[in-house]
Amino acid sequence: MLAIFIKRILLAIPVIFAVASITFFLIKLAPGGPFDADKAVSPQVLKNLNEAYNLDATNWEQYIDYMTNLAQGDLGPSFRFPGRSVTEMITTGLPVTFELAFYAILIALFMGVFSGVLAALKRNTMFDFIPMAIAMIGICVPTFLMGPLLVLIFGINLEILPVSGWGQLPGDKILPSLTLGFAYAAYIARLSRGGMLEVLNQDFIRTARAKGLTEKMVVIKHAMQGGLIPVVSFLGPAIAGLLAGSFVVETIFQIPGLGRFYVEAAFNRDYTMILGTTIFFSAMIVFFNLLSDLAALWLNPRSRDAS
Amino acid sequence: MYKKIILMPLALIFFYGCSQNISPVDSAIESGIFHFGNGSEPQGIDPHIVTGVPEHHLLISLCEGLTIANPNGGANLPGVAESWTISEDGKEYIFYLNKNAKWSNGEVMTADDFVWSWMRILTASLGSQYPDMLYYLEGAEEYHTWVSKEDLNSMLANELSNDADPEIVFSIEQSLMNHKPKPLFDTVGVKAIDEHTLKVNLKSPTPFFLGLLSHYSTWPAHKETVLKFGEIDDRNGEWTRPGNFVCNGPFQLKSWELNNKIVVEKNPHYWDSSKVRLNEMHFYPVSNVMTEDRMFRAGQLHLTSTLPSQKCPIYIEENNPDLRIDPYMGQYFYRLNINNPALQDVRVRKALAYTINRKLIVEKVTKCGQIPAYSFTPPGSNGYYPDTEIPFDPELAKQLMMDAGYSDSNPFPKIEILFNTNEDHRKIALAIQQMWQQNLGIEVELVNQDWKVYLSREMVGDFQVSRAGWIGDYEDPNTFLDLMRPNRGNNKTGWEDANYDAIMKKANSTNNQEERYELLNQAEELLIDNMPIIPLYTYVRAYQLSPDVKGYSPHILDHHHPKFIYLERD
Repeated sequence: MLAIFIKRILLAIPVIFAVASITFFLIKLAPGGPFDADKAVSPQVLKNLNEAYNLDATNWEQYIDYMTNLAQGDLGPSFRFPGRSVTEMITTGLPVTFELAFYAILIALFMGVFSGVLAALKRNTMFDFIPMAIAMIGICVPTFLMGPLLVLIFGINLEILPVSGWGQLPGDKILPSLTLGFAYAAYIARLSRGGMLEVLNQDFIRTARAKGLTEKMVVIKHAMQGGLIPVVSFLGPAIAGLLAGSFVVETIFQIPGLGRFYVEAAFNRDYTMILGTTIFFSAMIVFFNLLSDLAALWLNPRSRDAS
Repeated sequence: MYKKIILMPLALIFFYGCSQNISPVDSAIESGIFHFGNGSEPQGIDPHIVTGVPEHHLLISLCEGLTIANPNGGANLPGVAESWTISEDGKEYIFYLNKNAKWSNGEVMTADDFVWSWMRILTASLGSQYPDMLYYLEGAEEYHTWVSKEDLNSMLANELSNDADPEIVFSIEQSLMNHKPKPLFDTVGVKAIDEHTLKVNLKSPTPFFLGLLSHYSTWPAHKETVLKFGEIDDRNGEWTRPGNFVCNGPFQLKSWELNNKIVVEKNPHYWDSSKVRLNEMHFYPVSNVMTEDRMFRAGQLHLTSTLPSQKCPIYIEENNPDLRIDPYMGQYFYRLNINNPALQDVRVRKALAYTINRKLIVEKVTKCGQIPAYSFTPPGSNGYYPDTEIPFDPELAKQLMMDAGYSDSNPFPKIEILFNTNEDHRKIALAIQQMWQQNLGIEVELVNQDWKVYLSREMVGDFQVSRAGWIGDYEDPNTFLDLMRPNRGNNKTGWEDANYDAIMKKANSTNNQEERYELLNQAEELLIDNMPIIPLYTYVRAYQLSPDVKGYSPHILDHHHPKFIYLERD
């Protein structure tokens, strides 16, 4: 296990290096620069600004500069927000995005696994059809519709929850977590139903039942361990997706997370911020994929032995 | 058991719901906290570096210039300067500073503070984007734009190594020949006569100079604090952080959570603090207008920065008491690229302008109280009413097109309207596309681009017709008309007219306001007669304001000094 882990970590380094390099040159290709504004500045001022941020050097020099700093863990200053470093902005946004993703994944797992397993056990009954229909809606309804809908019902009509914010008013974390969690709950429900159905027909389940185990034991101890492997494999990319994709929910609910920095940086041509967040998110994605692969290995002894 | 599990989250929601029944707006009557929807996350609060509206809203609570905008419109009111005298020729201003004016750390403010702050914004290496606000001072432009001999030489070498543009080469050689050593700041027209007296010398009479002083770029920065965290030209100094920041406004910075909330609290050292009735202001960077609208409806905001445009007509129809539509000194117009062969003929440009039904656009497309525009400067800017006309006359337009040589056998080439991606701009462009197609038979293509791409295409002149907007920086027609002079970076149309430039120059050298407006009107007429821009409508400020907020008067530049604002429930 440890060897696999180390090997994968080492493989991640060139991946992130490639991401950083490609991103660096891609954003230089995009028209417009960080200091283009509605009110155009004079060429003199633009020159001063470019000098202040080393943008007057050739792309190649800038690239070497950036990579040298990156190797030392320095992501540079933000162009859009003078006086703030990219590292500072990532470290302020990250805990919030993590917390939101954590609640969302809890909600998704709780709702998804519960209804998926239930649907598999009570196949072709109401307990199957209704949760699966809801799951289908969850997959189809995008978060930018689900969020405002929930806000309209709970925030504005019933007036029992705040419509926005994060940690400012009591209960303001509920709606964003639900909105983000619901989309993933739907996927997890379908995955766990499928996984469970496959496992429940297998011989070892029949053996377990024949041994006289209670149905509860059969499901929890034997069936779920194998049936939920697809869910576990899905979790890695899902968590990474939650982190990087929380932008929509963060915008709808006015949450000070990293996703908003990420997307707005691109609009602002805030070069260092785009690079910093992209590198950070790619590292996250690599890391969580690795974790979920390891978890899947651990759950499935056969593939563990094979490797 | 299943039921219990399902009911639990609902119960949780309900529990939270019960604990929260007083909205921030309700509790604000007691606490004196003003909840302010501020658009987007401010870039910062360094008055000499930042640009933009959210930054302005925040800065107006934190710092104060020599004068402040009058909430009822008209002449500026005393700020740090308690009174001032203007010489007869209108070129020398003496400001007498209020002896009670203090920094938020309790230090007394001096005339030197202003001299140093203006030196800072005019320091080229700071890279301020607003130094031209002080170019009206004697020697300021020369001080700011001075380039060293080495730099000029390297510019020349650079130019010669690429495809040399003879005009640029010539101008660099000229500058090299007339090169002078770096001017001292002493040559700039601002001096401290004594601790509390500031003398300002202008290049020419500038009747709107007092108005400029309520723009944040002319506001002071606290020298010791700035220098403690960096050099005079340091853009990234941490002096603007909570705990470090020192300024002289009615409020002081308390906390700053990125993308979440900025809190400012009453500054006890402010010279007029007895007038300040709010205890705190909370600024929320809500960039999503729908979210902002929901926050307002749920009582989380007193004031929104704007309004979802599709909701404006609905709120008007519903007589929503919270809806405010204030006059605003901004113009929505189209730029025409004069360097484009199809648009070089003034008859074509006029024909395009005469086939736009502006009334229809404001009534059926924008639908939020906007006013059709027939001049470049919004009428009524500080008593200036341009008497230009742009008829809606398709017959005349057709004739003009024929005169320009276009007919069925020689149709006008297809043209493009460039705009930044935005539903409102698209709707207007669609309407105009329809009008041009119908009235002139011109094929029009709509091209939308991401904001930065749009800006850079406009900048390099890669467009035919492009959507534009301009908001006045100060209350004077000059803030508009100056734009269209040759060599102005925001002209962007390629239109240059020596006559226009001469009239503008003349207008800005007279000290007689009546004569000046007369000249500006002439310039305006010349501009509309050449039509490098097509004015469409005058903006309005549409937003929502809680009825608890008092003293928030409409202001044409959207300046609202917080010392006049208070909260009270009727």
